[in-house]
Amino acid sequence: MILTKIFKNAFLIMLASLVLSACATKKVTNQMQGDVYTGKDTVEYLASGVADRVFFATNESVLTTASRETLRKQAAWLRKNSKITVVLEGHADERGTREYNLALGERRANSVKDYLMTYGISGNRISVISYGKERPVDSGSNPLAWSKNRRSVTVKAN
Amino acid sequence: MIKYFKYIIIFLFSITNSYALIEVDITRGNLNPLPIAVSPLSVDSNSNEALQKTLKKKDIGSEISKVVENNLQTSGLFNPLSKDAFLQKPDIAHLKPRFEDWSLIKAQALITGKVIYKNEKLRVEFRLWDVLAGKEMMALAFTTVPTNWRRVGHIITDKVYERLTGEKGYFDTRIIYVSEEGPKTKRIKKLAIMDQDGFNTKYLTLGNELVLTPRFNPTNQMVTYLSYFRNLPRVYLLDIETGIQEVVGDFPGMTFAPRFSPNGKKIIMSFAMDGNSDIYTMDLENRVVERITNHPSIDTSPSYSPDGKYICFNSDRSGYQQIYVMKSDGTKVKRISFGKGLYGTPVWSPRGDLIAFTKLHKGKFYIGVMRTDGSGERLLTENFYQEAPSWSPNGRVLIFYRETKSDSEGKGFSAKLWSIDLTGYNERLVDTQTDASDPSWSSLLSN
Repeated sequence: MILTKIFKNAFLIMLASLVLSACATKKVTNQMQGDVYTGKDTVEYLASGVADRVFFATNESVLTTASRETLRKQAAWLRKNSKITVVLEGHADERGTREYNLALGERRANSVKDYLMTYGISGNRISVISYGKERPVDSGSNPLAWSKNRRSVTVKAN
Repeated sequence: MIKYFKYIIIFLFSITNSYALIEVDITRGNLNPLPIAVSPLSVDSNSNEALQKTLKKKDIGSEISKVVENNLQTSGLFNPLSKDAFLQKPDIAHLKPRFEDWSLIKAQALITGKVIYKNEKLRVEFRLWDVLAGKEMMALAFTTVPTNWRRVGHIITDKVYERLTGEKGYFDTRIIYVSEEGPKTKRIKKLAIMDQDGFNTKYLTLGNELVLTPRFNPTNQMVTYLSYFRNLPRVYLLDIETGIQEVVGDFPGMTFAPRFSPNGKKIIMSFAMDGNSDIYTMDLENRVVERITNHPSIDTSPSYSPDGKYICFNSDRSGYQQIYVMKSDGTKVKRISFGKGLYGTPVWSPRGDLIAFTKLHKGKFYIGVMRTDGSGERLLTENFYQEAPSWSPNGRVLIFYRETKSDSEGKGFSAKLWSIDLTGYNERLVDTQTDASDPSWSSLLSN
């Protein structure tokens, strides 16, 4: 009974995410794909060609294809510079309750950490902090501003 | 550090017969607030002279009556009448009101009182009169230090409110909140505390580190909150009388969303590690930590039922933020929110029968209440952004914060405290010196 219910729910969620991603791919603006920020406005660089941040969809901590590409570059840079340690700062937009956003920021930064670790970066070199919605980079109250704020930023710690 | 609390002694000196014609029904939106006359408290000339020196107030009797009037007005249940229409002098009215005069100005209830300054103490007595029945309903006296004069007004209001509504008041209380200043991207946040009516604001931290979500211990003057001290977000404990702070959630990761258990002996909070937030408790006496939830989803914003037997919390285990209830040992987890939209910040009412929450639906934020089984959902207020309700100690009023939209430069942004009755009526801006968020209402300070 319960199992079938879980399967049914899982199926519905899958279906929903398929529908959502289908909509998302259609709606490509200059700076957003779906509601994930794809622009360069706030991005800084750890080294030439190595962007410091990745962006997330609303309520999501899943890494997009573009994010994974960015993180592979970060991993390569970290492998080359083996003395460098980093802090991953996870953030959320202002459209959520404060406490949930703290947890969400932590989840986002950790999905970045996990990805870097699968590319050979030791967990000892990475620490994680969540700021929830407390440190936006864009102070606007509009979808583009929110998309820039849903982010994980890799910051050199030493 | 904060030592503005002095002792208050209350003693009953007479309670007369308890039958009364006036009664205020607080269970529905009150469209006809009770007309009440608050006569200035009379002060004899010797006392007045001495009090003018110590308190720098011209007429303390009239100041105290203003505190009472303002409280009654903001409750939404009473309509304090203009003093210009009062015919009887305060000292005489306090002895024996001429009820015809008071009913002439349509007062149904009358408060009178007297202040005496003796041995560096303030002795205050007051009486509540039923104008139509021509009877005294209650009389009380108490003694305190003069600097507590505003609290005198709050205690009088609590007694009058209780006598006329049959429920405890919430006026001799304080609000702890986060004071906010500066641009959105570099917001400075400090812990601040004030009386329920916005007076006597004190700042408890300097703003050097980010602080969030302060909550009162329901049994004493302790506060728990989240601080980013040394860039490590952890749950702290603060004694607001001594100013002593200590970290309590010193785990190998972020601890957040703290709240006290109803007996004040435990802190319940979230602990996040490796991308997963679960709920834990810490016993403040022996520091024993207990894990309450163990689920790969986000579990946060826990709040105990007033009997301590249950916990409501926020989880996205269904895929999105919803409200759940479980037994306090973490068993029997049950989802209770099933309406459209996302639900967060559940807080159990001190009366036990309701859970207040924040709801996000179609780009709007709502403060609402539901029964503890999730039935009877009622949305009290809708806005661009608002969250984090906190109950008045009698469970009749909610205080929360609201943010306004900003343009692309960040202009137009503000964060303010608001209150609303459980009935959905009487929505009010709670005045604060700075922008403000994350309010938490204390228990009654006296009785």
